[in-house]
Amino acid sequence: MHLTMFCTRVIARILYVNVSRLKVRHKHFCTDAATRVSGSNCGQPSPEHKETHDISNNIQHYDIAIVGGGMVGMALACSLASMPLTKHLNVAIIDSNPALGSRPYFNKDDPPDPRVSTVTPATISFFKDVGAWQYVEQHRHAYFDKMQVWDYTGLGYTRYNAQDINKEVLGCVVENKVLHGSLLSCIENTDFQKTIYPSRLSSMTLHPSPSSLGMDSTSSRPPLSSQRHLAKLELSDGNSLYTKLVVGADGGKSCVRELAGFKTTGWNYSQNAIICTVEHTIENGCAWQRFLPAGPIALLPMGDNFSNIVWTMNPKESTNRKLMNEDEFVKDVNNALDYGYGPHPTSSLFGSGEMFSWPRAGVTLSANDCFEVPPKVVKLASERLVFPLSLRHASDYVSKHVVLIGDAAHTVHPLAGQGVNMGFGDAFALSRVIAEGIAVGSDIGEVTMLKKYEAERKPANIMMMAILDGFQKAYSVDFGPLNILRAAALHGAHFISPIKRSIISYASGEQKLPLFT
Amino acid sequence: MASKLVRHRHLRALSSSSISINNHIRSPHFSNPNRAPLSFSYRLFSNASSSSSSSGGFQRPSSLKDLELAKFAAIAETWWDSEGPFKPLHVMNPTRLAFIRSTLCRHFSKDPNSAKPFEGLKIVDVGCGGGILSEPLARMGATVTGVDAVEKNIKIARIHADLDPVTSTIEYCCTTAEKLVEEDRKFDAVIALEVIEHVANPAEFCKSLAALTVPDGATVISTINRSMRSYATAIVAAEYLLHWLPKGTHEWSSFLTPEELVLILQRANITVREMAGFVYNPLTGRWSLSDDISVNFIAFGTKNCQ
Ligand SMILES: Cc1cc2nc3c(=O)[nH]c(=O)nc-3n(C[C@H](O)[C@H](O)[C@H](O)COP(=O)(O)OP(=O)(O)OC[C@H]3O[C@@H](n4cnc5c(N)ncnc54)[C@H](O)[C@@H]3O)c2cc1C
Ligand SMILES: C[S@@+](CC[C@H](N)C(=O)[O-])C[C@H]1O[C@@H](n2cnc3c(N)ncnc32)[C@H](O)[C@@H]1O
Repeated sequence: MHLTMFCTRVIARILYVNVSRLKVRHKHFCTDAATRVSGSNCGQPSPEHKETHDISNNIQHYDIAIVGGGMVGMALACSLASMPLTKHLNVAIIDSNPALGSRPYFNKDDPPDPRVSTVTPATISFFKDVGAWQYVEQHRHAYFDKMQVWDYTGLGYTRYNAQDINKEVLGCVVENKVLHGSLLSCIENTDFQKTIYPSRLSSMTLHPSPSSLGMDSTSSRPPLSSQRHLAKLELSDGNSLYTKLVVGADGGKSCVRELAGFKTTGWNYSQNAIICTVEHTIENGCAWQRFLPAGPIALLPMGDNFSNIVWTMNPKESTNRKLMNEDEFVKDVNNALDYGYGPHPTSSLFGSGEMFSWPRAGVTLSANDCFEVPPKVVKLASERLVFPLSLRHASDYVSKHVVLIGDAAHTVHPLAGQGVNMGFGDAFALSRVIAEGIAVGSDIGEVTMLKKYEAERKPANIMMMAILDGFQKAYSVDFGPLNILRAAALHGAHFISPIKRSIISYASGEQKLPLFT
Repeated sequence: MASKLVRHRHLRALSSSSISINNHIRSPHFSNPNRAPLSFSYRLFSNASSSSSSSGGFQRPSSLKDLELAKFAAIAETWWDSEGPFKPLHVMNPTRLAFIRSTLCRHFSKDPNSAKPFEGLKIVDVGCGGGILSEPLARMGATVTGVDAVEKNIKIARIHADLDPVTSTIEYCCTTAEKLVEEDRKFDAVIALEVIEHVANPAEFCKSLAALTVPDGATVISTINRSMRSYATAIVAAEYLLHWLPKGTHEWSSFLTPEELVLILQRANITVREMAGFVYNPLTGRWSLSDDISVNFIAFGTKNCQ
């Protein structure tokens, strides 16, 4: 009310002003006076100022140095190359991985590599935006639109369908080398100014002393409380470089994270995962996950008649299963995906759900789908890789001149195939924050700008990690009779559509806070 | 809600040159509930000699207000401490630069997707302080001159700008808008953010800004509104409660309301075409542009030709 009156008055006055303008117009007569470059005490920067930047002229200067050219580091480079506001940036990529030096080449007849990622629809659209998805599509990749999750107790199962969330696919399984190679091809086909250093970061100086930059160190100058120098990176091959921003994309054992002094929290699960490629006699079109007493086993479609196995178990079992002969291993896998450890779930076993009186409104289509047994594995098609599971999260993602993305900021176990999707989310968010900063003339190493990236990504990543950790905890302990509750949870997820929809959409990277919205 | 809409529509209307004369307007004088109209018009429209209440009645044709300048000189070292006394300017910077970017790109037909849209534009930042605004303008491609009446500020600005080759091209000098006028300097855009509330004679100051602007050039001014809300937020909260600003940084009575600013710019031959407010969200700690001009506001105007 009060405000309305105020506004009306403003309008009235400004209109009045515009009227009065007609009267005062003639007063000013603008001339095209020649502009003098320097006035009385206006000085151009003196020669000594110029010098300051040339002292270290044998060392290259960059806008951004990406340490670690893995999938996430390359995704950042691609994203920067694709945006009008960032494509002019001068970027260094530091990684000794030889894959960065050569044009990616994949033989279609080779069986798929066991290192794969389940990319979510959000990641797919990010790849499409930066122009990298077309290269993925030229290689082996497997979309899937169905997912079945069940457990060994035989009490519950749930099936997800892409159509439940009005999507065509739930995700796509792609070999890591294909994702990486596609990002590489994508960037090769732009005129982005990037320099690849086939080396490793060995030390980092974030706040070089003024004299090391050739800064005037004569006394009288007042101390600047936030000096904005460049970061200096030294590499294992003896090269060094200066940069405004260091991006730590150097994986779970991040050197940047350590050198910048970021603390981490986390723990190791006393569990290992075995990953490998297997072959069927038919094509698999569904993602399968079954919870066993020692951890989940996942069977992901890989295209052709191949699938990928990610099987979590205790370390001793993993050693045994890595060493056992192939036939025995295949038998173990088939057992784990079928009758091993317990019966198939049937809906009759669970009654009609009255025990827990699940609301029946909004039953989704797939709720009526019947339990299915995954296709049989007939052959092992790759080596078996074993790696330990751990969860690690950096307490900060940014400080002056430094930012962490991907596994350097957060490592999760691959239970839901989220690891790299979180990293792609980081790369996308960071490149957008940099573009927004450039739009308003920010210094790209400036911490207030970088904090926006942290504010956007940290809650999302922590949420995802909490969910994955919760899953892991819920399924890594055999609760005996309590299993029925776990089964109920699965069964419940099967029938309560809104919740289920948000669980799937979260897992597919579509939503930020599924539990509270 | 409705009130915002009204105002918003109005602000839009400002940018179109054909504003019809409305019969409902019958308030030729300003009646601000917070201030006696008389003293207000006295201050605004008096000539320079009668204006300086705080510089001891010393007559000079200048915008300088010594007491104000002393306040800035006292905290000059802290310009680039983003958590220091100038934190509000640092936090507001992206928001006000977004306004400048969009208005200047539109006015000068520059590519809004360019990383350096201001290439080819000569901009003067009047009252540049430590260069918080000048540096981003230089990164956006402008040829920047920064002037400030406080020598110490200029020194700080020079040292800081020299840390980066892109900003080291900024021309800094300790002078005033009036002196630049005497030197016959001209700029495509003249920007004075958070300065006008500190000068002795806002009307004269605006005339100097206009004289520095080329015909059809741009002028951008931001300041604090003289409203009850601004008193509460800018002075009580920012200076006394949050200690963002040293006590006494602002003198509420020297604040201009948006309509006063529009009027004195008009008299200086500058037509205000767009205006926006800044609102602070205490939850996110961010500023954003809005149509709420009741506390902080920014105005973009163009200099009339002839
Ligand atoms: C064995 C294994 C299996 C996995 N399986 C899955 C899975 O099935 N599904 C899934 O979603 N996720 C999986 N993950 C996780 C997933 O691979 C990671 O989330 C993803 O690779 C993270 O990408 P990144 O680019 O952040 O780090 P990385 O892929 O680790 O890349 C880091 C890069 O940095 C380089 N580097 C390291 N240190 C330095 C240095 N000092 N100087 C310069 N360069 C350096 C390395 O050479 C490397 O190229 C798995 C991880 C591992 C280790
Ligand atoms: C609040 S600061 C704003 C600094 C800068 N414009 C910004 O927004 O980041 C006001 C500055 O104006 C300067 N100033 C005050 N009166 C002035 C005048 N008459 N001429 C030039 N500068 C003046 C002060 O020294 C101070 O640095």
